[in-house]
Amino acid sequence: MTDGYGGFADNFADNFADNEDAGDFDDAPPSTIMLPGGGIDLATRIGSTLLPNPVTTASGCAGYGKELAKFFEPAAIGAVVTKTIMPYPRSGRATPRMAETPSGMLNSIGLQGPGIDAFVERDLPWLAARGGRTIVSIAGGHVDDFVALAERLKGAPGVVGIEANISCPNVANRGQVFACNPATSYDVIRAVRDVADPQVPVLAKLSPDVTSIVDIARACVEAGADGLSMINTLLGMAIDPDTMKPVLAGITGGLSGPAVRPVAVRCVYQVHAAMLDGQMAQVPIVGMGGIRTGLDALEFILAGAAAVSVGTVIFNDPSSPVRILDELRAALIARGFGSLEAAIGYAHR
Amino acid sequence: MALPLQVQAEIVGREPAGAYHRLVLRAPGIAARVEPGHFVAVAIGGVDSAMLLRRAFSIHRADPAAETIDVVFAEAGRGTRELARLRVGDSVNVVAPLGTPFPLPGEPVSAVMVAGGYGSAPMFALAERIVADGGSVAFVLGAATAERLYGVDQAQAITEDVVVTTDDGSEGVRGFVTGPLPEVLTAVEADVVYACGPMGMLRAVTEVASAHDARVFTAVEESMACGVGVCMTCVLPVVGDDGVSRFVRSCVDGPCFDGTKVRWDDAGTIPADIEGAAAMGAH
Repeated sequence: MTDGYGGFADNFADNFADNEDAGDFDDAPPSTIMLPGGGIDLATRIGSTLLPNPVTTASGCAGYGKELAKFFEPAAIGAVVTKTIMPYPRSGRATPRMAETPSGMLNSIGLQGPGIDAFVERDLPWLAARGGRTIVSIAGGHVDDFVALAERLKGAPGVVGIEANISCPNVANRGQVFACNPATSYDVIRAVRDVADPQVPVLAKLSPDVTSIVDIARACVEAGADGLSMINTLLGMAIDPDTMKPVLAGITGGLSGPAVRPVAVRCVYQVHAAMLDGQMAQVPIVGMGGIRTGLDALEFILAGAAAVSVGTVIFNDPSSPVRILDELRAALIARGFGSLEAAIGYAHR
Repeated sequence: MALPLQVQAEIVGREPAGAYHRLVLRAPGIAARVEPGHFVAVAIGGVDSAMLLRRAFSIHRADPAAETIDVVFAEAGRGTRELARLRVGDSVNVVAPLGTPFPLPGEPVSAVMVAGGYGSAPMFALAERIVADGGSVAFVLGAATAERLYGVDQAQAITEDVVVTTDDGSEGVRGFVTGPLPEVLTAVEADVVYACGPMGMLRAVTEVASAHDARVFTAVEESMACGVGVCMTCVLPVVGDDGVSRFVRSCVDGPCFDGTKVRWDDAGTIPADIEGAAAMGAH
């Protein structure tokens, strides 16, 4: 805080992945072009956006980029996915907002944020000036909110994507988010795609708390989604055995961290399989859910993700996005891949 | 704000300290950046640990020559139990210095340091700075029991003006720190109060200090997931210079706040007049 304190001086002023040997593969990886110097082509495409590498931050885990710039350059990773922004300033929920759980955490922040105007005027230009590529996460209570947000982002600097958060569990009517229903998912994504800058891809952020994530994914793609972000947190709760009351002031919250990774990998695999089967058009998947190391990221790529988001692990290791990128690069090279693209969906062969 | 570093720190010292543990960590590059009131976020276990969230501790001492920082902590749960098992030679991942430290007076002042339990940990380095700047300090150190006091000897090495309170009367004055505090503030003609400890104590100390026209700066204890400003879990309702209340982050906007700006009674609620509260009703 920079409050003037009168007479007071204001002086506030090895966990590298186990780069195991390539090991025994039943099938040799496809031959690909190795770049000079033993490098590897990590570029990946999300709709019309070409990212230099596949590692992004997950929404809600990196703020608007500024805080993490103390630990790594925003431009070093594929993109910064911002905390979800809404039309107006929003206080978020009461505290306690967080509970640690086995290999994960619950949060009920409730989408605290400054609102789109302050975000566009203050946060986006800062990221753009640092060379950061920004995927802006947007949410609202009604389709109109999403439309207003997408329109406001037209022409904004550094925006390389819009992620429509139709699946945040920390809204009043929990468990009945847009992404629980193919029709409501379709409506939001269609409306956003209609008004957003045609050059900016629109991603739909999906919830795992559904009967058939393939049905929801298909509806979003039919509505014009250029990509899918999977997954948002799972709805959960914790009860304190001492107070014998729910830990979170908001009672329920979103579960994230390595504990949810198997669920996330399953979702990515199922949807990618549906694309390969011709059940739906093929669009890039941004995979996320408990990625802590490069090998975790590789798991998502093999399941069918074209890019990955690093979320809760940032709270544990604020430098993790660049560490995971380095580890992923090493893991791909160790397995004989010459490009990221060659590894996408490799588990389906 | 000092730029934080993330480093592997080696445990170079550990000792019991009453009911607490004191750890000395060699953390290259960090000590020279530390100001009184900064904190450190310590990872629990390695990359496979099931405990993802760092534990935040105020920095007790920083020694730039030895490149060490000290922390004092209580075993309160799974994470601190793990930390208490660490031995000399073990290594832990730390991020520090974090947070906004106590504001230092730019001139000689009469300061009173008020702390509960091991909340006193950051107060001794702060007191030494105030004395070095030509000021004077007094201490009021409280705890539930004599065993849970921390650093009475360190306070006495800095000043003769040390008052001790315990809830059970096992040492010093029976009762809370706010019992003898008014008398101390009057006796030393306090200009400023620095306080660290439980939230209820900070609220009460703020009231007493304000009644004596002393400035009051408080280091709050809030549970944090990240410590670096991205997770938004550690927020408190705080009044800004513009008169507008906002949920601000204890980790980066604090942990040291002007006590009169914190809406102590509203912590854990959504005050109707806080910025963005209206949006919470809609959905």
